[in-house]
Amino acid sequence: MEFKGKSLKDRDFKEKNILYTDWHVKAHYAWDCGVALSKFFEGLKEGKLYGRSCPECGRVVIPPRMFCELCFKPTDKWVLLKDEGRINTFSVSYVNTDASRREKPNVPAVIEIEGASEGMGILHLVAHPEKIEWENLEEVLSMIKIGTKVKAVWKPSNEREGAITDIKYFVPVKEE
Amino acid sequence: MHFPQKVAVLGAGLTKFMRRAQETPKELAFEAAKMALDEAGLTIDDIDAVVLVTAPDAFDGVHMNGEYLADGAGGSKKPYMRSFVGGGSGVFGIINGWYHIASGHFRTCLVVAEEKMSSSMPHPQGTFNAIYDQFTERPLGVNLLWIFSLEMNRYMSVHKVPLETIALVAKKNKKNGLDHPCTQAGIAGDYTVEEIVNSEIMCWPVTRLMVSTVSDGAGALVLASEDFAKKVTDKPIWIEGVGWCLDTSYWTNRDLYYPKYVEYAARMAYDMAGIKDPRKEIHVVEPYDPFAYKELHHLEGLLLADKGEAPKLLEKGFWDRDTETGIPSSPSGGLLGVGNPIAAAGLMKVAEIFWQVKGTAGKRQAKREVKRGLAQAWGDLMQVGTVVILGK
Ligand SMILES: [Zn+2]
Repeated sequence: MEFKGKSLKDRDFKEKNILYTDWHVKAHYAWDCGVALSKFFEGLKEGKLYGRSCPECGRVVIPPRMFCELCFKPTDKWVLLKDEGRINTFSVSYVNTDASRREKPNVPAVIEIEGASEGMGILHLVAHPEKIEWENLEEVLSMIKIGTKVKAVWKPSNEREGAITDIKYFVPVKEE
Repeated sequence: MHFPQKVAVLGAGLTKFMRRAQETPKELAFEAAKMALDEAGLTIDDIDAVVLVTAPDAFDGVHMNGEYLADGAGGSKKPYMRSFVGGGSGVFGIINGWYHIASGHFRTCLVVAEEKMSSSMPHPQGTFNAIYDQFTERPLGVNLLWIFSLEMNRYMSVHKVPLETIALVAKKNKKNGLDHPCTQAGIAGDYTVEEIVNSEIMCWPVTRLMVSTVSDGAGALVLASEDFAKKVTDKPIWIEGVGWCLDTSYWTNRDLYYPKYVEYAARMAYDMAGIKDPRKEIHVVEPYDPFAYKELHHLEGLLLADKGEAPKLLEKGFWDRDTETGIPSSPSGGLLGVGNPIAAAGLMKVAEIFWQVKGTAGKRQAKREVKRGLAQAWGDLMQVGTVVILGK
């Protein structure tokens, strides 16, 4: 069997060893937040986390939606949740959103929100409780694990804009 | 279940996998399709319909990329269909090709998977980030590694799997990849567990050597009805089972430690194939391995190991290519050892099982006798499983 393919190097583009053509696109989108998430984000502005409950299966879900994807029926109630929860899973990221490297890591996590049904998590960041920025992997692993209780740290109310980033991050809290 | 036609695989083709290919997407598609037709001993005139799988248009910067690719995939003046389910696409394309023929509507179908990820400069990270929810997730500064590292940590923690054990997947697949003629330069190799665990931490617990690379490449398969196949070969390889399933996009509402949707897809395929005990009846497996832990995660979802047991079997060599009592897993080298041009990588999994069952996988051939094998791919937002079972 003969397998075809001619491999190029990055430098073939930089040094113009090959012929190529390029194109730049600047795309811009604006999405209205819809019915469920508009209410959710209004809540964030007030420092409140809202879930939505399904009359059929009884689940309280977050992020909220106007229909239950399991029962395929409309959800019918807003439920005020706590701004705390437990880490379902987390990671320690040395990579930025544009794939460039970070000197100090940040910590994305799935956080199960207190007051919602079991397993209902949202994606957010977990910061160091005092100095916010984490020093390194070892420091993160010494302070948090799956199951660790965390609490939201909010932007000051006059800086909130009705976005997921109105919660700056979550921080680990001591259990009573 | 009854379908009007049984479906055979007559030929497969692959290009080399490359960080940057000189060939255009059309040229890559053509090379893979031509090779598959050659192995089948057919020409494009014998092909009744064409299925194409490739990434969303933004990856290539070509709107209606399916139409752009049609000529290279052999689709002009033919019934032509494009489909895509992220990383699950390569196997999903075969499933689409299968029902073209199983329905009785077509005698033959050429399935082509093409991916040229290098055109997005400097790399396709920005496009990948757009899979996250635009309201609740993207504003947090996401990158694609996050979901994998989150899932991997959940899997490791629930089953208490050491990082060193997961690294064994990368060790096995990168070593297997040394024998693949299509392997991307610089990714296969004989690594130690220490080298893999201690390679650059990208997004703990994921280290660089536990991640597959972005690649360019294409693959193709020629499918035919039983009536047609029996005229051109006396040893057809059959598609015995297909299965697919998509779970919710609310991925933070699921327990990521176990891919239930892969299990549902596998059960569908096993039922169709009449398989009662997959651990005895599947002789070789190509599970999707874009990240090292994913292979273990998928082997469990495929019911080839109990939950949390795939790592223990890995330590015992159960998944090695030369096992005599286990089930060789990713004997090709997989995505970690050959490369990951998304849709093409999934199709490679099926092509490899075809060659394994046919007994022409060369240095990659499993040591034990192979009468039946399974290929699986996975993708979207940690949510889709696609499964194909081939047998003699
Ligand atoms: Zn419900």
